[in-house]
Amino acid sequence: MRFESPTTTKAAASMLASESGAAHVLAGGTDLLVRMKMGMVEPDLVLDIKRIESMKVLKVAAGGVHIGGAVPAVELGESERLRSLWPGVVEAANLIGSDQIQGRCTVVGNLCNASPAADSVPALIAAGAKALIVGPKGKRRVGVEKVVLGPGKTSLGRDEFIEAVVLPARAGKSADAYLRFTPRTEMDIAVVSAAVNLTLSRGVVTAAKVVLGAVAPTAVVVPAAARAIIGTKLDDAALEKMAKACRAACNPIDDKRGTVEYRTKVAGVLGRRAALVAFERAGGSK
Amino acid sequence: MSGVTVSAKVNGDAVQYVCPPNESLMDVLRNRLNLTGVKEGCGTGDCGACSVTLDDRLVCSCLVLGAEAEGRSIGTVEGISQDGELHPLQTAFIDHAALQCGICTPGFLVAAKSLLGRNPNPSEEEIRYALAGNLCRCTGYDKIVRAVQSAAKVMRKQKKS
Amino acid sequence: MPYETDYTNQKFSVIGNRVNRPDGVDKVTGRARYGADASAAGQLVGKILRSPHAHALIKKIDTSKAEKLPGVKAIVTGDDFPDFTGGNRSLMDTLENCMARGRALYDGHAVAAVAAVDAQTANEALKLIKVTYKKLPHVTDVDEAMKPSAPVVHDWIRTAGIEPAPTTASNISQRNEFGHGDIDVGFAEADVIIEKTFKTEQTHQGYIEPHACLATLGPDGSGELWVTTQGHFTFRNMCASLLGLDVAKLKVTSSEIGGGFGGKTHVWMEPVALQLARKSNRPVKLVMTREEVFKATGPTSSTSVDVKIGAKKNGRITAASAELRYQSGAFPGMWGMLGAMTSFACYDLKHVKSVGYDVLCNRPKVAAYRAPSAPMAAFGVESVIDLLAAELKMDPVEFRIKNAAKKGTRASYGPIYGPIGIGPTLEAVKNHPHMKKRLGKNQGRGVACGFWFNFGGQTCTDLNIGIDGSVNLTVGTVDVGGSRASLALIAAEELGVDYDQVRVTIGDTSSLGHNDTTEGSRGTFSSGMATIFAARNAIDVMKQRAADTWGIPVEQVVWEEGVARAKGRQNSNLPPLSLKEIAAKSPRTGGPIAGHNEVVADGAGVSFASHICDVEVDPETGSTRVIRYTVVQDAGKAIHPDYVEGQFQGGAAQGIGWALNEEYIYGEDGTLQNAGFLDYRIPVCSDLPFIDTEILEIPNPNHPYGVRGVGETSIVPPLAAIGNAVSNAVGVRMTHVPMSPPRILKAIEDAQ
Repeated sequence: MRFESPTTTKAAASMLASESGAAHVLAGGTDLLVRMKMGMVEPDLVLDIKRIESMKVLKVAAGGVHIGGAVPAVELGESERLRSLWPGVVEAANLIGSDQIQGRCTVVGNLCNASPAADSVPALIAAGAKALIVGPKGKRRVGVEKVVLGPGKTSLGRDEFIEAVVLPARAGKSADAYLRFTPRTEMDIAVVSAAVNLTLSRGVVTAAKVVLGAVAPTAVVVPAAARAIIGTKLDDAALEKMAKACRAACNPIDDKRGTVEYRTKVAGVLGRRAALVAFERAGGSK
Repeated sequence: MSGVTVSAKVNGDAVQYVCPPNESLMDVLRNRLNLTGVKEGCGTGDCGACSVTLDDRLVCSCLVLGAEAEGRSIGTVEGISQDGELHPLQTAFIDHAALQCGICTPGFLVAAKSLLGRNPNPSEEEIRYALAGNLCRCTGYDKIVRAVQSAAKVMRKQKKS
Repeated sequence: MPYETDYTNQKFSVIGNRVNRPDGVDKVTGRARYGADASAAGQLVGKILRSPHAHALIKKIDTSKAEKLPGVKAIVTGDDFPDFTGGNRSLMDTLENCMARGRALYDGHAVAAVAAVDAQTANEALKLIKVTYKKLPHVTDVDEAMKPSAPVVHDWIRTAGIEPAPTTASNISQRNEFGHGDIDVGFAEADVIIEKTFKTEQTHQGYIEPHACLATLGPDGSGELWVTTQGHFTFRNMCASLLGLDVAKLKVTSSEIGGGFGGKTHVWMEPVALQLARKSNRPVKLVMTREEVFKATGPTSSTSVDVKIGAKKNGRITAASAELRYQSGAFPGMWGMLGAMTSFACYDLKHVKSVGYDVLCNRPKVAAYRAPSAPMAAFGVESVIDLLAAELKMDPVEFRIKNAAKKGTRASYGPIYGPIGIGPTLEAVKNHPHMKKRLGKNQGRGVACGFWFNFGGQTCTDLNIGIDGSVNLTVGTVDVGGSRASLALIAAEELGVDYDQVRVTIGDTSSLGHNDTTEGSRGTFSSGMATIFAARNAIDVMKQRAADTWGIPVEQVVWEEGVARAKGRQNSNLPPLSLKEIAAKSPRTGGPIAGHNEVVADGAGVSFASHICDVEVDPETGSTRVIRYTVVQDAGKAIHPDYVEGQFQGGAAQGIGWALNEEYIYGEDGTLQNAGFLDYRIPVCSDLPFIDTEILEIPNPNHPYGVRGVGETSIVPPLAAIGNAVSNAVGVRMTHVPMSPPRILKAIEDAQ
């Protein structure tokens, strides 16, 4: 195995392109090193991107947010501005593991690890985030929902990596929220999760996006759940319709962390609760 | 595979080591630098017994490659006491019987010190969530939380004077 | 309740003080050395190859490629372990568990091992070993394993304890029965009978330190083992027996131990490390990974338990019976027996019967886990007790008080109780401020009792007094939780000196005679007793030295408050001689002063507890949090209250994890799915509240200070305390542990 730490994205891209063996990009390492320890991967090249200054940039403004690929999740929570603009994205990122993990893990890494239960992904998709991808032919920009193809699989070419994730401008009375179910209070992989991003006008939901995690091979956008609450003040009937839509959108598996039945049920519960949190944050009252 | 040469700082002292590229910082600290205060409880970041600080950020050293520490500053439990004096956290852990077998204690001390550095007056809930990454099987955490609360009080008083 | 006045009037100078433990500084500075913290020049790294199958014939092991890998210095398989067991079945079970002999019996069973110059090479070598397996049918569930159609784990097992003795092979290794009276008569007298079946999943002790050792063994059969263990003498004897070594030539030193709880009372890979060391003629360091700890050490049993209790309208239990089925993994054990013994120990019963079964299956060899077998039995019994109380419209605490065992009660497992704490702990619970706390929505309160008998065992202690008056106490019981402080207090108390004058060392196997393992809550009890007698022994020596110095008969010398005094008017001119003064003179009065004691510490007292638990259940998700917890337990005499509290809290926390989240999850293929701390979920700091404790002291008349072992009982009540609390919170009776959110949610929905 070789270890390289380039200082520019150009150098990183070129190293990836010229590697014939298995190359892995190393950001926080909180997924990669676990897989190496368990013998699940044996990299020929580990490419540490944490010495690339441009990838350590976190820029927060109402007009848009830029989260560099080497920015640890803990920094997101330390930005008061980001917390007030995108509380759901921040709380999702800050749920990825203990304080020890938070000092290292990155939302880009979380995205690229492509676990169905990744915490930051549903919130990023609900927020309309885009991934800035660097490759040998230059840069391209795609919605983050297009990055994850399935468990452990991304749409990135073998010589591409994600430089940053960007969030769009924030419209008026908007807020997001992310909730997940875990058996313990901490340290667990999400059994089910729900992200809701919405905008209010005169106290009524005018735009919404609902995304579920850990209930399918990839995060699931639930347009029917969004439609159920648009035009409402989250009355009980709308919320029940939303929960029903969430349950219907689930396609989970039985595994050591949860059953199909349990995940489906709780997806409806969390969808409803996340919507209420986002609603309240945006200034809504029932 | 050929080794990586790394120059870093550990507990304020300059160190240099050569390690295979895939060796963890935890193994480097324990086996090459003889700092066995860092413990391997799981090797996969689930127990916190290997906690160290890396440029003042709390991390699990089992999830950091030795190679990544180039030019960086590492803090271990061995560096917590200064000039032969126990740190208030260390004293508090002993006074409050916050350790039984003691294997998790180094990790807890590093994590608690990191917490109090960021938040000198944490609530009980904040302490519990900040330390959720450190597993203890002996104490039920009760006396650990009390020790951290007590040390925080002492440290706030020390800062005032 | 009148206690022995000898005890209640005992005045202690230092016992009961919350002093700082002597090993505290080492442990907070990282200086303390645990199993994996020792290294030797030229050491090799040992790694073990393990079966990926639940049950398989090992047709062939081809190590040729691995042997050729540069840096590999030794490889061993079952063929490298000749049979020295002399027909001793139990020894052979241990040997076969350490290294498979022709058949892999569980997922993770060791089949080969290598020693190489570094971890990387060792891991490479493991990959090069080719094992040809032929998969066999497997069984992992305790009830399934009892069926006649189940795959048989060992064809030589015939169920013991049933008449007539069976002739066909079975997975049921033994049946044990305890009790007295006639339960048919008792049930006939009952106005109300509750009968229920319960299931508990397998859990692991979960110590944070994996097993680790550093072994050397020369061609002359002399060797050393540095190892994390609860009993270095036991390990020495076991390794010597298994490897055909002369016990006296094997020196075992216990490192500091990073948790044991019963799981480090047996050898799992130490004989393998020694054999690798012998074959390579180099030191071998063998450290288990967390995955190996879960797969291949000694978790506790998974069980299924039937409980039936009948009572009269006035609240008196008329009969109680239980059938308990415990799986012991791939080798026989006595866990069902222990479960049957403890089931009804808290109660005063005229008619009682409990039957325990030990059942084999394709899982790792079960070992003791803190009050082994008692928590599962208590889950069933204490749940039914609550159901009965509810049926009789009686308060659950009052109902228990009405039926509690007391001095003179014939225990359900046989002996007559002396003074015991079950009644007092229940009274204390009844009056505890916790019971007055108001409960909110979806919150419920549960109470449960627990019991554990303690052991004494073989103990050997040296007490040496240095010329400077310092006291050096060498004990052979490993310090698992701070007993060094307690033992120092005891020595200081007896000698009448300051706590700080006493140093405690855990001696290695060449320094002391045999000491039994630290288990059965015996550490402080037995080494404490031996320390008392060793100190009194040393006092006798010092009295003689004083007598010689003064030139008077020793009968005129007494020892009080740390000094020798000459009694009698004729000696009134003689000033007292302190321990320091006598020690300083010792080179001229007869040489070094020491006390010594060997004892089989009899008369260990039983320790009872009652717990109160408040939970909050989220009825939409089944998520359950413990919001308040109180432990009331009888310690006999708390030598060091901080560490007694610590045992109460630690045991309760383990019980809470067991009740809510911890379980071994097996796949259809019989392999363990969650062999790590991510998915084997022990409580984290944010999961628990402060755990309140109340120490009761009903002295044990068989110990000079009244001490009872306290380390284990605390894990017994939580399963039922939480089950009862959940029942009171959301009205569902849980019968399957762990009561994980999906199970609770399903119970809530089924009830609607």
